[in-house]
Amino acid sequence: MPRIKSPVELETLRKEILSRRDADKPCITLCSGSACHATGSGNVAAALEQEIEKQGVAADVTYRRTGCHGFCEQGPIVVIYPQGICYLKVQPEDIAEIISATIKEQKIIERLLYVDVNTGEKATTEEEIPFYKNQERLVLGANRKIDPKSLEDYLAVEGYQALVKALFAMTPEQVVGEVKNAKLRGRGGAGFPSGVKWDFARNAPGDKKYVVVNCDEGDPGAYMDRSVMEGNPFAVLEGLMIGAYAIGADEGYIYVRQEYPLAVANLAIAIKKAEEYGLLGQDILGSGFDFTVKVHRGAGAFICGEETSLLNSLEGKPGEPNARPPFPATRGLWGKPTNINNVETWANIPLIINKGADFFSAIGTEGSKGTKIFSLVGKVNNTGLVEVPMGVSMRDIIFKIGGGVPGNKKFKAVQTGGPSGGCIPESLLDIKVDFDELTQAGAMMGSGGMIVMDEDTCLVDIARYFLAFLSDESCGKCTPCREGIRQMKKILTNMTRGLGQEGDIELLQELAEATKGSSMCALGKTAPNPVLSTINHFRDEYEAHIRERRCPSLSCKELIAFIIDPQKCKGCGACFRKCPAEAITGGKKRIHVIEQEKCTKCGGCLEACPAAFGAVYKISGEPVPEAIPEESRSIG
Amino acid sequence: MDIGKIDQIIDKHQSEASSLIQILLDIQNENNWLPKEALARVSEKLAVPMSRIQHITTFYKHFSLSPKGKHEIHVCVGTACHVRGAERILDVVEEVTGVKPGETDPDLNFSVETVSCLGCCALGPVIVVDGEIHGNVQQAGTAEVLMALKRAETAEFLDKLEHAETAEVLNICACQ
Repeated sequence: MPRIKSPVELETLRKEILSRRDADKPCITLCSGSACHATGSGNVAAALEQEIEKQGVAADVTYRRTGCHGFCEQGPIVVIYPQGICYLKVQPEDIAEIISATIKEQKIIERLLYVDVNTGEKATTEEEIPFYKNQERLVLGANRKIDPKSLEDYLAVEGYQALVKALFAMTPEQVVGEVKNAKLRGRGGAGFPSGVKWDFARNAPGDKKYVVVNCDEGDPGAYMDRSVMEGNPFAVLEGLMIGAYAIGADEGYIYVRQEYPLAVANLAIAIKKAEEYGLLGQDILGSGFDFTVKVHRGAGAFICGEETSLLNSLEGKPGEPNARPPFPATRGLWGKPTNINNVETWANIPLIINKGADFFSAIGTEGSKGTKIFSLVGKVNNTGLVEVPMGVSMRDIIFKIGGGVPGNKKFKAVQTGGPSGGCIPESLLDIKVDFDELTQAGAMMGSGGMIVMDEDTCLVDIARYFLAFLSDESCGKCTPCREGIRQMKKILTNMTRGLGQEGDIELLQELAEATKGSSMCALGKTAPNPVLSTINHFRDEYEAHIRERRCPSLSCKELIAFIIDPQKCKGCGACFRKCPAEAITGGKKRIHVIEQEKCTKCGGCLEACPAAFGAVYKISGEPVPEAIPEESRSIG
Repeated sequence: MDIGKIDQIIDKHQSEASSLIQILLDIQNENNWLPKEALARVSEKLAVPMSRIQHITTFYKHFSLSPKGKHEIHVCVGTACHVRGAERILDVVEEVTGVKPGETDPDLNFSVETVSCLGCCALGPVIVVDGEIHGNVQQAGTAEVLMALKRAETAEFLDKLEHAETAEVLNICACQ
């Protein structure tokens, strides 16, 4: 492909690409993001290619492997355009019928449609599925339309229009001004106004400046950056270039965690394609603007999501943070002014430049503009990626889009902001989700992870879990973080083991304040949040652990016992066969009994007992009932 | 590990000291662990002191300074997987393989690691066995997958024994 040398040539190419495409021609798209890949989209793709050939429809149908559609639990997902027919959990053996019935005869295959778990209603198109219907996918929307490896696909959805506008119709100051007016706030966690950050880097003295993409998405339970990077790498590149032009940088780095191999691979292809077309390199589109970009893989360190640690890692050093100020905007990579933003922030830039600050700032709340992608996971029916305007209520996200909690269980709390965030209880579910309201509620936006927890989740254990994670990930450079987290973890671990003492809650609060107030970087400063918010909203659970040695959620292993109800046991032997510890005694047509001394509390028996019997149950904080005597164990 | 291969990786990154982490990642991915000789070669070619290489290789979790087993099992213990019972899955993995997280068995058959999030949260709990992601796993299913691997390893061992000469048998047994 020859280099594109001017905006006119780019438009000519775009027109030519669009003229080759017939909007009415059936197009089969298959989600090939990491989650669908895990559920077998590779095999589905092979079957599709084979069947298209076999049934002789190659000329009548377009086939595209796209990035993540977001409805990950229902993968692999196949969508057929122009109608938008959405088939879920598609297996290779369904493909022949999809081609012969849906493509050739426009017949819908009922069994592959979405069924609402609550109402039992089916939905044919994506737009009818409640999960999608209540979203506004300004950033994530392109994922399902394009092949992330195809620059042509990106051009077909108005790709690089924003870059042309910025380079040829706007001065760098105007670009910064537009981002400022849009009131875009960083999507990585803290929510700092991006335009202001850009201005700092732009005004910092120095000829050499850098721009950096932070794709070290370490927050466990959040994966929107991975999906954007995997599914639409050109949008991130375009945003990055606009930012580079605005602050005066000619070199960029993209830092991707190595746990995301598909993101690294798709990004490498996108960069190569952009270079071939002249959309990276020297004198881009004849504008005189030069820009090159390199990909740097992380090596497994949560702290590298913190910007100064990330920059140290980019320089080939251990990812330990530096005290700020100086901020990277004045002293960043190799000591030069550097602007670093998160993936989702960069992906919003083309949208703002294309549609204008007014369009963008009309969406959302007073303090938080635009949309935000959340990863709605945990104990919720529809799990996946959700993009909604800022200000939608938490209840709508979890119940309207997420379809509520599965298995008729009761909702308990939702954790936002990952290890730096907090829990929001049912009483606060009507808050509007934006940067400020979440912080007010004692949680935070973070990168957008939303982990829904039901009555079976123990909040003391969740606090312990986050501290265990952070104590593992603390770089150890400053004492308050290293020691504070460790001590809090110790207290919480003791509680979950039934060794809690009076005064522990107060001690935790004191340690939390000290760690918060004196740690060097955000990891330590925010580490106590999960502890404080769970104490604040679920103090009774802490007290039950300490005073009654009882776990109200029946979750903490050392505080519970598994029991077989002699009235309900039918002697089927399912639990007996599954028990890895040989702790169950029984026999044909005999009531089974768990020997508590041998039981490892793995829960295998509960999982194995047929739902129709439901004979295995858990207790906590009460004595184990006396086992039924040998001679009365016969059934019938 | 072949010195030529290490040199190739270093050359690919133009022997830049700033590429140290990228070079170590490539060696780790190629060889599954970082042998001392490889680190010495990197230190020499990049003119970076061994102490700094040690700092890097112990700071970042992806690096391993000891050999890994033939089968690598990663158990995701991210928050979404945690609330859906990842801890019990980890118990099963430990039980079946006899290997604790971060360790490898003496026969070099299994390595077990925990990871903090694979970004497949909608499928939790998730385990990765030899690079293949298994989603929505339950205790019984996990045990089955791992038992199959274990049986294959035992069969291979017995097969080796059956076809070996006496001297080799002693050798194989000594190794095991």
